[in-house]
Amino acid sequence: MKTIVFLLALTFVCTSCGKSDVTPVNSKAATPDGQVHITGAGATFPYPIYSKWFDEYRRKFPRLEINYQSIGSGGGIRQVTEGTVDFGASDMPMTDEQLTQAKTKPLHFPTVLGANVAAYNIPDVKEELNFTPEALAGIFLGKITKWTDPQLRNANPGIKLPNSDIVVIHRSDGSGTTFVWVDYLAKVSPEWKSKVGVNTSVNWPVGLGGKGNEGVAGLIKQTPNSIGYVELVYAVQNQITYGKVRNLSGTFVKADLTSVTAAAAGASKQMPEDFRVSITNADGKDAYPVSSFTWLLVPTKIEDPAKKKAITDFLQWMLTDGQNMVEALSYARLPQEVVAMEQKAIAKIE
Amino acid sequence: MRTLTRTVERSTPRATRQFVRRLQHGDQVAYLITFIFAATIFLITVLLFFELFRSSALAREKFGWSFLTQTTWDPVALEFGALPFVYGTLVTSAVALIIGVPLGIGASIFLAELAPPRLSSTLAFLIELLAAVPSVIYGLLAIFTLVPFLRDYIAPVLRSTLGFLPIFQGPSYGVSLLAAGMILAIMILPFIISISREVLLAVPREQREASLALGATRWETAWNVVVPYAKAGIIGSIFLALARALGETMAVTMVVGNTPQIRASLFSPGHSIAAAIANEFTEATSDIYLAALVELGLVLFCITIVVNAVARLLILGMTRKSMAPS
Repeated sequence: MKTIVFLLALTFVCTSCGKSDVTPVNSKAATPDGQVHITGAGATFPYPIYSKWFDEYRRKFPRLEINYQSIGSGGGIRQVTEGTVDFGASDMPMTDEQLTQAKTKPLHFPTVLGANVAAYNIPDVKEELNFTPEALAGIFLGKITKWTDPQLRNANPGIKLPNSDIVVIHRSDGSGTTFVWVDYLAKVSPEWKSKVGVNTSVNWPVGLGGKGNEGVAGLIKQTPNSIGYVELVYAVQNQITYGKVRNLSGTFVKADLTSVTAAAAGASKQMPEDFRVSITNADGKDAYPVSSFTWLLVPTKIEDPAKKKAITDFLQWMLTDGQNMVEALSYARLPQEVVAMEQKAIAKIE
Repeated sequence: MRTLTRTVERSTPRATRQFVRRLQHGDQVAYLITFIFAATIFLITVLLFFELFRSSALAREKFGWSFLTQTTWDPVALEFGALPFVYGTLVTSAVALIIGVPLGIGASIFLAELAPPRLSSTLAFLIELLAAVPSVIYGLLAIFTLVPFLRDYIAPVLRSTLGFLPIFQGPSYGVSLLAAGMILAIMILPFIISISREVLLAVPREQREASLALGATRWETAWNVVVPYAKAGIIGSIFLALARALGETMAVTMVVGNTPQIRASLFSPGHSIAAAIANEFTEATSDIYLAALVELGLVLFCITIVVNAVARLLILGMTRKSMAPS
């Protein structure tokens, strides 16, 4: 009997763990002793650099404590628009509809850049493959089904590709990474745009889903002749093979910190005032086409003067000293033009 | 002093006095406290159902009953149908039971009836340990060992021997409904084995002795006397295991392929309700998307209730039958 009770208790524990949950974060006001507590929530992709920044910043200003929860971009947007956190973070810009519905009207501040890479596992191919935008869209639409397809062969002369079926691997969880990837596919393929569309999770025409970057990478590793997309940071840290992608000017570019920053520089000429811009398929000879900003979302109006000062000071620091830390963690830094624009935009916070 | 007490006793009504006396023994207090505890369980269940029902209102209004029959799950167009997830949940759990039940009951009969006591208690300890392993560990085991093994060895054999069945046709990537079912089978085994073993051990000694005295062998005694006597408990263990299989999230999502589709073949990837919720909940930005995910939870809740009700009825029917004179 004891065992039964124990097992029952155990089932309860086991079934309840593993399910993610969004708990609202209470934002605490500044306490009388001058200690300022700031809470934020959002994207998981920039979490390593954010936690490093907040840690470093706290060392400089011990009276300021920033607590960041990486609950996902969607959760970040939801919580900042409802005003349950002091700032949010997201891998995709908020839509016009979200902005009009938001109680707090968040401002967007790009912090670092990331990129997605096309990772693959073909047992007999050790060379770096070249992918044209049409080939990538075709593969993910399920129209290119063999590795020997002319689209792939023509882009990779001299490489012996196997005559086997392509297994497509994508993210199964909703993710900013997916958003960037399908945003790119929608820009290069009208068919993708009309048939599948763009969101943090989509109705995939083909393929298997893996949970998280590690899930996708694990499936690619386990499945011969597969292809999928993972974050550049993750691919670099885990030494995953990935291919070059042809950009708008016709060059095949490999994703690295320089080519990602180049994409941002290429896009900064048409940068809108509110920084809500997608830089996939960006202009520029060296620009890697599947790059993206990640944003901090700061409410336009901050009531508490202590909090307002803390947040604006932090943004200022993040754009200067903070940027010097990002490359050590494999994030691409913001181009100078964008930094200058953002420094001006900080004044918009009331 | 003595007269005073007596007057007090006499002046208070009988019922109050009785209550005070019982209070002194702690009965009333214990009753009240344990009642509150029991009521909490009930309240939590009701609250859970109510919250799921309330938060899914948007999706229920928009899709109605077609939510259960539609097969499209499109977060861009905001069209949601639960059928592929329900299918995946039921199929993976069924595979788990088909593999797990014979293994589990066989093992528990061995442990309770045939094995030497020392071996039995050692193995029982190990099995209970197995129940405490976190599901993500099982998931890792599945993705790195079971999936390649399934793809390279089991699937080709199944296809060449039982390939005429539609459930064993088509290409195998490794991650599939079958893989999820197999890892679930491994995960529910400890539940079936340890509960069934306890139930078998609880069968009165006289039953066995009577059977042996009539000249039955040990196996005949175990199979014809002990197991039927413990049937209700064994069925209970199976349903507890099934409940766990239906709700398992982490291990399933790691190997099921996370593709919301309905295919007859067990080699094809699928999805499950719990996996879908865990995967998509954090990034569900629009209200209707969130409501659809909550409604998925509601569907799972209802499936679990139905399963439990069926278990109750089965056990009830069984005990009645065994009690009725034959």
